Amino acid sequence: MARRAIQEINAGSMADIAFLLLIFFLVTTTMDVDRGIARRLPPPVEDEPIEVRERNTFVVLVNHADRLLVGKQTDLRPMDISQLRAAAKDFLSIHHDDPQYPEVEEEYIDGLGEVWVSKGVISLQNDRGTSYDMYIQVQNELTAAVRELRDEMARRHFGVRFGQLRDETAARAIQRAIPVSISEAEPQTIGDR
Amino acid sequence: MGRFKNKKQTGVQKINTSSLPDIIFMLLFFFMVATTMRETTLLVTITEPDATEVQKLEKKELVSYVYIGPPPRNRQVMLGSEPRIQLNDAFAEPREIQRFVYTEREALSEAQRQLMTISLKIDKNTRMGIVSDVKHELRQANALRINYNTRIGDDRRQ
Repeated sequence: MARRAIQEINAGSMADIAFLLLIFFLVTTTMDVDRGIARRLPPPVEDEPIEVRERNTFVVLVNHADRLLVGKQTDLRPMDISQLRAAAKDFLSIHHDDPQYPEVEEEYIDGLGEVWVSKGVISLQNDRGTSYDMYIQVQNELTAAVRELRDEMARRHFGVRFGQLRDETAARAIQRAIPVSISEAEPQTIGDR
Repeated sequence: MGRFKNKKQTGVQKINTSSLPDIIFMLLFFFMVATTMRETTLLVTITEPDATEVQKLEKKELVSYVYIGPPPRNRQVMLGSEPRIQLNDAFAEPREIQRFVYTEREALSEAQRQLMTISLKIDKNTRMGIVSDVKHELRQANALRINYNTRIGDDRRQ
């Protein structure tokens, strides 16, 4: 035989090298995926305060003891966080010619046609002493209310939940029909801890 | 059936470890793909609140972080237990946020600046006062897309 046998490289330490690399990556990297509630802040220069009729506002007040007052400006009632989602959903749903509910307006939206859009606005105001945990819970419940309404509408029009809509225009149309209308007032300074 | 018993017991058999590197490499690649590099060392302790209506933050390069939380227990003697703001690798005051936003925005390309998102990582026991101050500064700096970082929790209404 003219050919020499090819020398085998000793791969015994390969595992050790790979282990070293593995441990390096385990230590220097994190696994956490960023998740959260997305919000858009109002622009810094407030135009003249937009007049919103009392009928169209749903007030949510959170005090420094994390308790809620919810309802119409003239008719605020204490409420447990567990009922907030249903209350917000009820407020934002479409009711024709009912003075208890916000005004509705017919609007033409691409992909949906003529739909009724609620003019309701949720006004959220917290105290400087409110805990962040409670604030997030309230935001979560309000977002959930909007999301559930969008789900229902997407089911009616497209047969799937809002989150499963693959069509960009359809998703944008639903977003226009049911906007996230949460306005946040500057927090009060009383009761700061 | 006796022929099976003919095998002689020859001490402990050596396990073939030639595929061990492959297995470790597989693990290594998994971690390289699934994780991200740690950018900052946290100077504050943060337990994020739970929420159910969460969205995933896409495009990490567009995201800047503001951390708010109390310093770790062993450093509270020096730093106090009040929640502090951390930007990059240092503690900061609310008024420093605007400059932070401008620097972060400068790092992005012209087209991406509109899409810049500030992710707020805030300890759940923080009071809203400091959070409101931060939000006010963010508004002043025109960083309007924000994200309240949360964990995915169970529905707490039950």
